[in-house]
Amino acid sequence: MMSIETIENEIIEEFSLFEDDVFDKFGRLIDLGKNLEKMDPALKTDNRLIKGCQANVWLYSELKDGKIYFKADADADYAKGLVAMMIRVFTGHTPEEILNAPLQFIQKIGLNSMLSMKRAGGLESMIKQMKLDAIAYKVQS
Amino acid sequence: MTAPGIINKTGIGIEKIRADFPILSRQINGKKLIYFDSGATAQKPKLVIKAIADYYENQNANIHRGVHTLSQETTVAYESARVTIQKHLNAKHPHEIVFTKGTTDAINLVACSFGKKYISKGDEILVSAMEHHSNILPWQQLCEEKGAVLKVIPINDAGELIIADYKKLLSEKTKIVAIAHISNTLGTINPIEEIIALAHVKNIPVLVDGAQAVAHTAVNVQALDCDFYCFSGHKLFGPTGIGVLYGKEKWLNELPPYQVGGGTIKTVSFAKTEYADLPLKFEAGTPHIEGGIGLAVAIDYINTIGLDTIAAYEHELLEYATHALQKTEGVRIIGTAKKKASVISFVVDGLHPYDIGVLLDAQGIATRTGHHCTQPIMDYYCLPGTVRITFAFYNTTEEIDQFIKALIRTIERLR
Repeated sequence: MMSIETIENEIIEEFSLFEDDVFDKFGRLIDLGKNLEKMDPALKTDNRLIKGCQANVWLYSELKDGKIYFKADADADYAKGLVAMMIRVFTGHTPEEILNAPLQFIQKIGLNSMLSMKRAGGLESMIKQMKLDAIAYKVQS
Repeated sequence: MTAPGIINKTGIGIEKIRADFPILSRQINGKKLIYFDSGATAQKPKLVIKAIADYYENQNANIHRGVHTLSQETTVAYESARVTIQKHLNAKHPHEIVFTKGTTDAINLVACSFGKKYISKGDEILVSAMEHHSNILPWQQLCEEKGAVLKVIPINDAGELIIADYKKLLSEKTKIVAIAHISNTLGTINPIEEIIALAHVKNIPVLVDGAQAVAHTAVNVQALDCDFYCFSGHKLFGPTGIGVLYGKEKWLNELPPYQVGGGTIKTVSFAKTEYADLPLKFEAGTPHIEGGIGLAVAIDYINTIGLDTIAAYEHELLEYATHALQKTEGVRIIGTAKKKASVISFVVDGLHPYDIGVLLDAQGIATRTGHHCTQPIMDYYCLPGTVRITFAFYNTTEEIDQFIKALIRTIERLR
């Protein structure tokens, strides 16, 4: 498994191909969402909805051999893309690694300037929930 | 096809008008801004921006409170603004014009004050299924407090009120009707003259939410005979934070004060307080002085163009855009009333409105996506939201052409 830093650098490189073209960057984000592993509809319960997202985003996590694996779905493609990107960064890593992730790629790919305040808030909420899950698993183990 | 940027049928001087609005020359994400969200807030002409700056540079003082020159000048400017609004709405008296923070504030004022005096358990309040949340929640809350009942005038699939049902809903228990002049989501222009006349047969007062209407059509409150009419300054090319409640003198005199404090009184003692005459009874605290002044400047500006001209031009834009959207594969327009203002909500089959809005914004096009503060409308159409485009008299058919190209590109990217 690649380190979180390596994955972040991969994402930075992928998005650098689009330079400042916001349309293409969003397009790439939406492609990431389309490749998100399908989530079992039974897991899409109200208590798994992430609060603070403009679109509906469901997040599920489980701990296996000391590593957290995430699944998610969203009803809007851009939100699916955002959560897919975060899952790519976080899934398969320990709670400690997730909690210490710098997440510098968000600014480096220009994501915070691409997203409106409401949608940036949604991304923050996704990250916050994933980190809360990491804290919960860390406390349990 | 007509030359880009010029609609000759109406004869509006579009290039000069666009030059009056500095923000229209902005770029968004490296693209020329196409602002199709005037329904959320309208852009401001230079005259309004200058009036606010001038106020702070040369006039700033509190009103109604001082005897020094600045205070007198500002009071005169503010009260002149009130008269401008009175004339614009053709109200009988300037004291029938109450300055508020906006439409939401105005409706809350009436709901609270009218509710305090006139609503009891079992009474009915009538709103429509197409109302903005600001014209639902104050009434809903009032009903919950008083044990009154909120009744809803239904709409048909075209987004028009079903007047036959409205007539049946008007009963001896109905105490007030609250209705939108124009729907902010569907663009429907409601037959408010008929709605008011039917209510008045049973002596039921009517509040009209004019937030979406005042930028698109002339409003004559005496001709309408509405009991209350409210709107927001920022949707009429004026500043944010200022709005107007028109109320017939007889109603405003009867209603108890809403928010109280400085400015609303004649005399105060711990034993008893005597409240001021209209309109100050309803204007507590230091008001948004530059907001009132700026709003009057905005009204004077649009009157140099003329609301009839504006309405005719916007109708051309509406027809042009509607035709173009109907030809775009996968697009479905929500709200197809026979009489519409320049508001178009649409969805694209299989695509989420947020995704469309995000990719349009990436191409410099400002639209609104979501429920537009009208969740009951979304429930009716079983939609999570729509994409909404709203036009003002500074928009052009050229912009609509670019929007359609951008929409097609967006749809192709999302499929």
